[in-house]
Amino acid sequence: MFGKLTLSAIPYDVPILVGTFIGAAIAGLAVVGLITYYGKWGYLWREWLTSVDHKRIGVMYIVVALVALFRGFADAIMMRSQLALAYAGNPGYLPPHHYDQIFSAHGTIMIFFMAMAFMQGLMNIVVPLQIGARDVAFPFVNTLSFWMTTISFLLVNVSLFIGEFSQCGWLAYPPLSEQQFSPGVGVDYYIWAVQLSGVGTLLTGVNFFATIVKMRAPGMTYMRMPVFTWTIFCTTVLIMVAFPILTVAMGLLGLDRYLGMHFFTNDGGGNQMLYLSVIWGWGHPEVYILVLPAFGAFSEITQTFSRKPLFGYKTMVYATASIMVLSLVVWVHHFFTMGAGPNVNAFFGIMTMIIAVPTGVKIFNWLFTMYKGRVEFHATMYWVIGFMITFSIGGMTGVMLAIPASDFVLHNSLFVIAHFHNVIIGGVYFGYVAAMNFWFPKAFGFKLNEAWGKRAFWLWFVGFYFAFMPLYVLGFEGMTRRMNHYDNPEWHMWLLIAEVGAVLIAGGIVCQLTQLYVSIRDRNLAENRDLTGDPWNARTLEWSTSSPPPFYNFAILPEVHELDAFAHDKEAGIDTRQAGGNYQPIHMPKNTACGFLIGAFSFVLGFGAVWYIWWLAAVGLIGVIATVIARSANNDVDYYVPVSEVVRIEQEHSHNLMAAQAAE
Amino acid sequence: MKKKILPRLTKLVSLSSAVLLAGCTWDTLDPKGVIGLQEKSLILTSVFAMLLVVVPVCILTLVFAWHYRQSNTAAEYLPKWSHSNKIEVIIWAVPSLIILFLAVLTYQTCHSLDPYKPLEAEANVKPIHVDVVALDWKWLFIYPDEGIATVNQMAMPVNTPVDFRITSDSVMNSFFIPRLGTMIYAMAGMQTQLHLIANEAGDFLGESSNFSGRGFSDMRFRALAMPADQYSAWVEKVKASSEQLDSASYPKLAAPSEANPVEYFSHVDTGLFDDIVAKYNNGMVMDKSTGKMLHVQQSAMSDMNMKE
Repeated sequence: MFGKLTLSAIPYDVPILVGTFIGAAIAGLAVVGLITYYGKWGYLWREWLTSVDHKRIGVMYIVVALVALFRGFADAIMMRSQLALAYAGNPGYLPPHHYDQIFSAHGTIMIFFMAMAFMQGLMNIVVPLQIGARDVAFPFVNTLSFWMTTISFLLVNVSLFIGEFSQCGWLAYPPLSEQQFSPGVGVDYYIWAVQLSGVGTLLTGVNFFATIVKMRAPGMTYMRMPVFTWTIFCTTVLIMVAFPILTVAMGLLGLDRYLGMHFFTNDGGGNQMLYLSVIWGWGHPEVYILVLPAFGAFSEITQTFSRKPLFGYKTMVYATASIMVLSLVVWVHHFFTMGAGPNVNAFFGIMTMIIAVPTGVKIFNWLFTMYKGRVEFHATMYWVIGFMITFSIGGMTGVMLAIPASDFVLHNSLFVIAHFHNVIIGGVYFGYVAAMNFWFPKAFGFKLNEAWGKRAFWLWFVGFYFAFMPLYVLGFEGMTRRMNHYDNPEWHMWLLIAEVGAVLIAGGIVCQLTQLYVSIRDRNLAENRDLTGDPWNARTLEWSTSSPPPFYNFAILPEVHELDAFAHDKEAGIDTRQAGGNYQPIHMPKNTACGFLIGAFSFVLGFGAVWYIWWLAAVGLIGVIATVIARSANNDVDYYVPVSEVVRIEQEHSHNLMAAQAAE
Repeated sequence: MKKKILPRLTKLVSLSSAVLLAGCTWDTLDPKGVIGLQEKSLILTSVFAMLLVVVPVCILTLVFAWHYRQSNTAAEYLPKWSHSNKIEVIIWAVPSLIILFLAVLTYQTCHSLDPYKPLEAEANVKPIHVDVVALDWKWLFIYPDEGIATVNQMAMPVNTPVDFRITSDSVMNSFFIPRLGTMIYAMAGMQTQLHLIANEAGDFLGESSNFSGRGFSDMRFRALAMPADQYSAWVEKVKASSEQLDSASYPKLAAPSEANPVEYFSHVDTGLFDDIVAKYNNGMVMDKSTGKMLHVQQSAMSDMNMKE
């Protein structure tokens, strides 16, 4: 009846997990209680959970990302603490069974549910506004994508309290991840979570690709697209190319585990090397899927706060596009030590380091954007400057790893860990946080507190160097990754320093949460409100509408005649909003619960399949199919906003605008 | 022309780096064998080549940000300036030249440091052969020429090339002695090759550098490099052991164990390594010298074949 699921799957004998469960339960009950107390369930359901508005979906993505950051970081600091303790005969406080789950979960969560969710949130909030569109190409698919990501994250977290998570690392290399060596449900949780969230991401890729191709404002040619949109465009191409590979990798591993096939097993003709090739065929483009949008955000921020157009727009576009192409032909650098011949290794090594050229060019472009500008040290610029320095170092160590003969001694060591955190924190995370600070007033109509933003930056920046520079040293000292304990006295000091770094980063996260709290508390102060819709005097179209924008974004679709259309219009004194213009009824999609329902049924499917509760899995699968059919048969999916409603909203905005101008 | 400049540049760069890092005790930067030494010099050369651009970038970032700060109204401000062909050429050319240099270096070192390439030794020195099997969670070393085997400890004479054949009888691991250089994966059903040499005597840490499960952290061994006479004595010591490794005792050894102590086996069945590889390949194993697939005589392993 319940498959493999028995009471013994509940880890009530592990104090850390029981404590976590109690904490999560209290927090969850508090949230539920507050919503009930204020009677907000209906509001939440109608305005958010079933919303197809890209801005709301974007906000929800980022909420998920922040929760994932919290969970992933909790894993991180537990690992660091374990290694600070588990020295010279001391086993530490995390036995391998627990520790191995933690590092597997840390990587999985940070990539799939922190970074990917954050990135999709940003593209949701910004891209349609930036290209002058009223929504994405497929609004229903957008809500579906969000729910697939969210329920997958939920599935990973359920594994904390029911059963276990994978103990095979974040990419679950076989044969370790095969039934023979990992008979528990951990790897199955991993497979289903990755597989289901992959559906969501792939749909996002298709959706935004179509949106950018088909829904740009009149006159916005490709070479007039803002750089952030360009980077998202390249990212969606990479998603469409790479994520199907991930689906195949997980599918084949799943077939091995569920149906006893032999794609990657030791025996029966299986080949583990094939898995590495396939998973990295996705895995390497994935890091560019994450970092390209960060590059886009840095470009927008640098030009805005340097009070000057981006240096070398065309170069930036070509550099982005060439990184997109090159990222597809470098995956073998993740396994130079598998015995490939020197020519194969040399090819993939050289292709990898060629990526350093367009990336270096980008750094120079940001440099020369500041050059002869008027750089305003807004909190977002701190992240940009911190990024440029940190990422240059990370890029350098990346090229070191790209030289196969250097990789022969550095591979799989803590040097690799230091490198990819150097680029993922210093590049991706700094970029996303900067982007969040930058676009927050657009989404909510008030600014984030700057003082707390700067405090968060300094703690993250310094904490990063404390946490990861020692890992470079440890890599040179021959310490391999994923160790649970050690007895080399030379390693101990460096691991203690790294622990200090993790604590500093924890402080950074606390500052970020405080920043959110303070900003929401003070949202009605005059200096924090954004009445104009353009708080930074920025250059692109998303700032030409109000903050937060009306649900239809633009009452009249903007016309674009050059790059940075909004900046030019402002200089020319053109009223971009054409207030009081000739409004037409606006065609908009209706909200739908189908995305939520498909997500919920997918969760049931995944949970049932993880535990071999086949009737439950069948319920989930039938539910998914039935909802899709019901949704497809429903023709009542859109409506027109009457002109009177548009006029009312636009007049309100004009009123605000005049109040703001009067205040100046 | 490039041929002349490149080695000279390499030499210059590694010389300066040697000065800077003198007295360093980090394992991979303090290698005890020629492979490791070459890899160290490659790492340092590439770092210094890249620092040529990374250091200026970091400095310029801070200088530009500070000099062109909003409050510094004395600084030149060009609110429309966003393009310069001269700068574009430079910012594409400088990284390209560095990468060109590194690409040539990469191609050369991929060949010169190919782990499969046998090492040259002095005229009268014969390489020794060691077959390595990664087990859960320990390392088995088979010395086919001496007919002995050890667990979690290996020895080698100094200045003598060691030809490793490496496989796994469990999950994927990676065979790594940081002080000697190059690591290589150990995979079931396959045999990877590695050629290392120790040019100084010493007691070096060996480890698995690919996560392999519960006992991974203790999957360590000692690699002892010693003068030839001491090596012979070590072989004799192993041969004096009362333990033997044959079809009866191997499954017991292969069963999972953590923090396994050092073990010596005075005798090992010939063909044990081939049998371990072959049992995942329908009894086939690749001949190292010819690259042909051969059928292994299913002797020792036949009863335990494909038990998993």
